[in-house]
Amino acid sequence: MTATVTTPAARRGRVFGVLGKKAVVPWLFLAPGLLLALVFKFWPMAKGIWLSFFDVRPFLGDQWIGLDNYTRVLTDHRFQDAIGHTLVLGIGQSLGAILLGFVLALLLEGQARSLKIIRTAVFLPAVTATAVVGELWRLMYYPTSDGLLNSGLHLLGLGPVQFLDNPDIALYSTMAMGIWIWAPYNMVILLAGLAGVDRSLYEAAAMDGVSLWQRLRHVTLPAIRPALMIVLTLATIRGLRVFTEVYVLTGGGPAGSTDVWMTRAYTLGFTRNDIGGASAASVVLLCVTLLLTVTVNHLRKRGEAR
Amino acid sequence: MSAPVIDPARPAAPDTPVGRNTKARRTTPARFDTALGWNDRPSLAWALRILLCLIALAVFAAPFLTIFSGALTPNPSGSSLSFLPHDSTLLNFEVAGERGIWDYLGNSLVIAGGGLLLQLVVCTLAAYALARHRFRGQALIMMLFMMTLMLPEEVIAIPLSLVLGDVPVLHLDLKGTVWGVILPLGAWGFSVMMLTEFMRDIPAEIEEAARLDGVGELRMLWQVVLPLCKPALGVAGVLGFIMIWDQYLLPLIAAKDPTDYTVTVALSILRTDPEVGSGVVLAGAVIALIPSLIVYLLLQRSLVSGIAAGATKG
Repeated sequence: MTATVTTPAARRGRVFGVLGKKAVVPWLFLAPGLLLALVFKFWPMAKGIWLSFFDVRPFLGDQWIGLDNYTRVLTDHRFQDAIGHTLVLGIGQSLGAILLGFVLALLLEGQARSLKIIRTAVFLPAVTATAVVGELWRLMYYPTSDGLLNSGLHLLGLGPVQFLDNPDIALYSTMAMGIWIWAPYNMVILLAGLAGVDRSLYEAAAMDGVSLWQRLRHVTLPAIRPALMIVLTLATIRGLRVFTEVYVLTGGGPAGSTDVWMTRAYTLGFTRNDIGGASAASVVLLCVTLLLTVTVNHLRKRGEAR
Repeated sequence: MSAPVIDPARPAAPDTPVGRNTKARRTTPARFDTALGWNDRPSLAWALRILLCLIALAVFAAPFLTIFSGALTPNPSGSSLSFLPHDSTLLNFEVAGERGIWDYLGNSLVIAGGGLLLQLVVCTLAAYALARHRFRGQALIMMLFMMTLMLPEEVIAIPLSLVLGDVPVLHLDLKGTVWGVILPLGAWGFSVMMLTEFMRDIPAEIEEAARLDGVGELRMLWQVVLPLCKPALGVAGVLGFIMIWDQYLLPLIAAKDPTDYTVTVALSILRTDPEVGSGVVLAGAVIALIPSLIVYLLLQRSLVSGIAAGATKG
């Protein structure tokens, strides 16, 4: 693992001076990173946990109210709706993006130059800032019959769909955009997995005369299991904290139909100035995220050990 | 040209032209090169693959053309939008300029440049300590950096905005300054982990030889380790840039007033401005899109290999 540099002889020769210096040096290198992480990550996290137990009142002084913020947030029906939306969006978006990413990877696997160019183009959504993607999709979802998607539907004889203005559809419109953003990203990871599959297994499978479907099911899928697990892990972490996609596309509307946990917390904290409640909501999300990450990691390790 | 080498792992298809250069030979897929067994002999499967590729391009890449054509169209709305502009004009860019889009772009470039530089320096230093030194609490420190990945801005946004207004101990107000966006991006667990993995693979002999020549720690990092880490630095650079450029919530909460916004956040201002049409918003979107597009196209090879490497190393 880590390379030790000093030879035993050198270590014996300069025990004290070197030990002192050797002990300090790594910390000097770590200091900037640790300091920034402490001030801008861990301190806010601790502060958020702390504030979640208070009724935060600027100028009047904060008042300890115990778990009131938590009960308030968890019993608030808009937050309860937001849990549902977060789950639907997170799960739908993740699974959709993994499935589509897998299909794309199977389609675009190969060495040819033309395939590389297509892969570069298909990967564009993953490198574009979400705010720009939001504008693009707002355009595609243009609600009148001459909008991009609606004019396509018009050709099929279907009426204009209010993609973002209809509360029944808006969440799924947001999901489609999420799948579009994340499928190319998953594609790249799954392509790396596919590249590592032992080709002789394919030959052996062909020799045994199995069908293409059986080959995918029994050779390819087990071989790319590690890549699939990574894609799944990333999706789990991303799924719950979905914010920017929703915020730039719908802002949580119409009528709260696309409100997810984080947009709700944001509204509570920044437009209603309820810092305590918003902090409690963030802490809940943080706990669930940590729990989920640890669980998935545990399952992954166990799967790899087998 | 070199004689064709017979590669046992990749049996040549019977119709492979022999005698052409090896590169052309290598790009000819054999039957078991891909999971689906694609090959480029004209057949039904071949036609199907081309069709599916075209659909993939139409779905994932073609929509970007509408951004450009919309930005060049005088007053786009619905039907006037297509993949190519009708009578192109730069008027939208002029109006966007009047709305301060270039100032927003300036903010973005300062933040992306400064943030990326800080991030690379900070993460490289930390990775060097983690990879090339042994010290007490190493595993704990590694875990702390990993945790920074689990503490995204979204989850700590509300307390972070308070911290940015009044930094502990120093009592600085970073709101309204670029530092408010740059500093929280400094320690990025992903870069730390990837660079650590990469630096661990540098053979100890190289380091020992340099030590015998009396090379100190900083020179060791700068002149011995970093030149060997160029591919990893490229990956950290391009992924870091894209991550910083994609920031939305952080610039929003770190701003004191809208003039501090980055170009991506400023798109929402353009959109809610009743006096500008969607063409101007799209002009802004083009301006926000181009820098990341340039970085991606220049460095896409290391980006893709970096995602793959990061994924397989996990």
